[in-house]
Amino acid sequence: MQMVRPTTWPAALDAIAAEPGLLPISGGTDVMVDVNFDRERPTGLLDLTRVPELADWSRDGDLLRVGANVTYARIIDELAALLPGLAMASRTVGSPQIRNRGTVGGNLGSASPAGDAHPPLLAGLAEVEVESVRGSRRIPIDEFFVGVKRSDLAPDELIAAFHAPVAPGPQQFAKIGTRNAMVIAVASFAIELDGAAHRVGTGIGSAAATPRRAADAETFLAGEITERAAWDSPTPLPDAVVQRFGELVAAAASPIDDVRGTAAYRRRALSVLARRTLGWCWADLDGRQCA
Amino acid sequence: MRVKLRINGEDRVADDVWPGESLLYVLRERLGLPGAKNACEQGECGSCTVYLDSLPVCSCLVAAGQAEDRDVVTVEGLAAGDALDPVQQAFVDAGAVQCGFCTPGLIVSVHDLLERDPAPSDADVREALAGNLCRCTGYEMILGAVRLAAERRVGG
Ligand SMILES: Cc1cc2nc3c(=O)[nH]c(=O)nc-3n(C[C@H](O)[C@H](O)[C@H](O)COP(=O)(O)OP(=O)(O)OC[C@H]3O[C@@H](n4cnc5c(N)ncnc54)[C@H](O)[C@@H]3O)c2cc1C
Ligand code: FES
Ligand code: FES
Repeated sequence: MQMVRPTTWPAALDAIAAEPGLLPISGGTDVMVDVNFDRERPTGLLDLTRVPELADWSRDGDLLRVGANVTYARIIDELAALLPGLAMASRTVGSPQIRNRGTVGGNLGSASPAGDAHPPLLAGLAEVEVESVRGSRRIPIDEFFVGVKRSDLAPDELIAAFHAPVAPGPQQFAKIGTRNAMVIAVASFAIELDGAAHRVGTGIGSAAATPRRAADAETFLAGEITERAAWDSPTPLPDAVVQRFGELVAAAASPIDDVRGTAAYRRRALSVLARRTLGWCWADLDGRQCA
Repeated sequence: MRVKLRINGEDRVADDVWPGESLLYVLRERLGLPGAKNACEQGECGSCTVYLDSLPVCSCLVAAGQAEDRDVVTVEGLAAGDALDPVQQAFVDAGAVQCGFCTPGLIVSVHDLLERDPAPSDADVREALAGNLCRCTGYEMILGAVRLAAERRVGG
């Protein structure tokens, strides 16, 4: 086994093109667990922590580009106002030690259905920028996850960054686990309300083979809000609408029974999370109008 | 492979490092620094916590080669000669050490917390120590040690 340590992005792309068996490592919080327990024996590790191009984020108008190696700790410290949903999700990841090291690029690379960055990225219509020596492309986040722990990334491609609009309105994230810290989600949910585009965004975690949107729930809720002309004057939503939204979110999931919870529990938990986070967003929207 | 890094202010070199080896293994088995403990090797317990470029991390999850040219501070680096750091002294005085296995990691985490927030609330302390498990003390003595360390640091 070898370790390759490129110090520029082109050198990293050359390295993975020359030897697609190299396993990229950034924070190592997924990779090293597998290496320590002999679940992973790659021909080599490709250390991406010295590639400066991956380490920063930038803003261009209302669009953000966040490098793959930006850690959860930095998202919480630097991006909470611009991407509040992702910052909320980041606060629930692991422990301070894990958040100091773990990255959104690594979360995307692992593509776990339980990855906490994924629901807010789905709700916010993020795009994943990937690149190889063959060129660069942007993958819409809801096409990025293709199976359990599998993404659309080709063997010679690396994740450069994700792109997401600055939050266009209220965003929320909630996660259910067995305790408050250090838990893998049993179910998680992210929502955003875009008052200008009259769009509702959603993302479901831990309740299907891949993280996914609840498209029917989004269309239903956006329609109800528009019908009531409530985007600009958010009057309370009828219980029946909130209830239906929860049901449609639960219906979008295809959860399984496992050690962390049953499928039935996950569906129920999702509809509760959906109603609750919608309530928080609605209060937020109301607050903005009054302010 | 050979790994060069700065540990507790000194330049150190480790040879024959296997590329998948953790920083924790290099510290303990190759460089004679057994302060950071090996308990779970999966980021869950925090007993291997060290500073890497000023941030507390689980050294079991850092590949040793990733620490090349980086700055590492272990629990051994916190005391000034024979004088314990206030956090270490508070753990001793408050009886927060039983078997002691979790202690080095906790010391680093608490040291970092008090650097950032000299007067943390109990809730903030619990949050900051969420990644450090202790099987012995039930945490009350540890919270007491953090309060004591915070008072002494502010006081003196
Ligand atoms: C104790 C503990 C608690 C945890 N808690 C949570 C939690 O609450 N929520 C959660 O979502 N996750 C959690 N995790 C999992 C992990 O921390 C996250 O998935 C994290 O985002 C991984 O980031 P990393 O930088 O450490 O990735 P790494 O381990 O470095 O890499 C992860 C994967 O991504 C690939 N990769 C990394 N960077 C790139 C790139 N630029 N291009 C292509 N591929 C790349 C790697 O090859 C690997 O397959 C936890 C892990 C531990 C050990
Ligand atoms: S040994 Fe590293 S966290 Fe437990
Ligand atoms: S004192 Fe024994 S594990 Fe904490």
